Amino acid sequence: MTAYTPIELMACVASHQLEDGKIVGVGTGLPMIAGLLAQKTHAPNLIIFFEAGSMAPIVPTLPISVGDSRCVHKALAATGLAGIMETGQRGMIDYAFLGGAEVDMYGNLNSTVIGDHDNPVTRLPGSGGANDFGSLAWRTIIIARHDKAKLPERVSFITTPGFIDGPGARERAGLPKGTGPYKVITNLALMGFDERTCRMKLLSVHPGITVQQVIENTGFELIVPEQVTTSPEPTDEELRRLKEIDPTGMIIGK
Amino acid sequence: MLESGIGELLSSCTAEDIREWNRNQKERGLKDKMTTPAAAVEKYVKDGCYLAIGGFGHIRISMPMIYEMVRRKVKHLRVSGHTAVHDLDILIAGDCVDAVDVAYSFGYENRGLSKNGRRAVESGRIRCVEWSNGALSWRLKAAAMGLPFLPSRNLLGSDTFKYSAAKTIECPFTGQKLAALPALMPDVAIIHAHYADKFGNCIIRGTSVKDDDLAKASKRVIVTAEKIVPETFFRENPERTTIPFFCVDAVIEAPYGSHPGNMPFEYYFDEPHIREYLKAGSSDEAVRAYLDKWVYSVKDFEEYLDLVGIKRLHELRRLEELR
Repeated sequence: MTAYTPIELMACVASHQLEDGKIVGVGTGLPMIAGLLAQKTHAPNLIIFFEAGSMAPIVPTLPISVGDSRCVHKALAATGLAGIMETGQRGMIDYAFLGGAEVDMYGNLNSTVIGDHDNPVTRLPGSGGANDFGSLAWRTIIIARHDKAKLPERVSFITTPGFIDGPGARERAGLPKGTGPYKVITNLALMGFDERTCRMKLLSVHPGITVQQVIENTGFELIVPEQVTTSPEPTDEELRRLKEIDPTGMIIGK
Repeated sequence: MLESGIGELLSSCTAEDIREWNRNQKERGLKDKMTTPAAAVEKYVKDGCYLAIGGFGHIRISMPMIYEMVRRKVKHLRVSGHTAVHDLDILIAGDCVDAVDVAYSFGYENRGLSKNGRRAVESGRIRCVEWSNGALSWRLKAAAMGLPFLPSRNLLGSDTFKYSAAKTIECPFTGQKLAALPALMPDVAIIHAHYADKFGNCIIRGTSVKDDDLAKASKRVIVTAEKIVPETFFRENPERTTIPFFCVDAVIEAPYGSHPGNMPFEYYFDEPHIREYLKAGSSDEAVRAYLDKWVYSVKDFEEYLDLVGIKRLHELRRLEELR
């Protein structure tokens, strides 16, 4: 077994969550890598949408932006932001794959601001397409760093709604029925959501990580089922493909 | 109980405003609209106006117009940030901006955040109203359709909604709760296209992002283009026209006009240049020195390209072609 970094492991675990033959909208950074890795491994017919308008491209090398020319390389359609989000609004986007600074127990995502909105401690870029994807896609997958501050009980700002404050909240807000957060991948574990309470639930811990470590690094009471598995280690094939996707380590090397 | 966001509506219009403007202010005829960035800024970009920039923040952006606004010290702009990256950041560096409708701003995607943009918000120099990329696109689409708003299913249940100027409504047919996105009619749009003729017909290759609706929605549209082509170019392929002439007020020839941004099918990002700018973002003095070198000390965009150098520009073409 080749040595691997926590980021490489996250990218591999993330890619496993994607199904072949489905449509995924990917955000900038690790989500992009996970989508491309899935295409090169178990999901060759995964259709990637980039929010700037590109549909089903054959991405030749890692893009810097979800709107740059690598994202539209040999695409089957070049539309625009409205073209992508309207496709999501009519229920055609199966997965949204997003990153964020904070994610809470209901899968709400913050990528806007830390501190008060009008007097911020840290200003972040904002929604971009995340609110649209997270509102409209059937299932939203989130990638985040795992510590108490980044996984708080409540995010300081809901950029993109998860289950908001519990069962039925999305529907009450007017969001499309049957949508919501699906998985959360961090550097420590893979998590899902409890169907009854809509709260985050541990699914697997990464190799070498204990359940206790995950609990200690989570800012809320994580649901821990009796059976917690260990996430699979990256295969040599996956690690090789990751090097192909990001040869300069722009994302993987961070 | 229907809700309202508490954010400031930075630009508002009614459906009648849109019709009145288009009836009285927009040229219909085929008129030669060729001009220069200096003349276009002078004529159309007023202090305090609402500006929207075509492209995707660092892809297909109109740098000749952006640099000219900085050079001419345009002030108090309100800017649409539907993925704003280098375009907005340079305007912030030049102290041209007071407020931003944020969807994505102050970040450089895979390169990280902009210290310059963040500092401007965190110090209170710039006010932010929150939206999403979909929301701003649909706001432009509403204006392009001549409607006062569009219903949508995003923003709901979020703080993005709370800090926006959207409202919720009930569907008059089903009672379904929906977001209502107010039409956005920018005072000025600047769009960089691949091809344009002197009348303003444009072709954009790759993703349009939202520039077709942006051109229809905006009061004034200034187009810069990599190449100026004859009218026959469009007459022979009318289905390829991205923006028709009657939307456009000014046309500027601007090869390499997106530098240091990417121009799909033409040239890739100038990463060393963007790194130099991001590094300068660490202090106001360094930002000022960057602008001195690349904006204030050159007369126009041609002189700027001389400073970049032909060798580098050729290299960016090779990068784009993956050679």
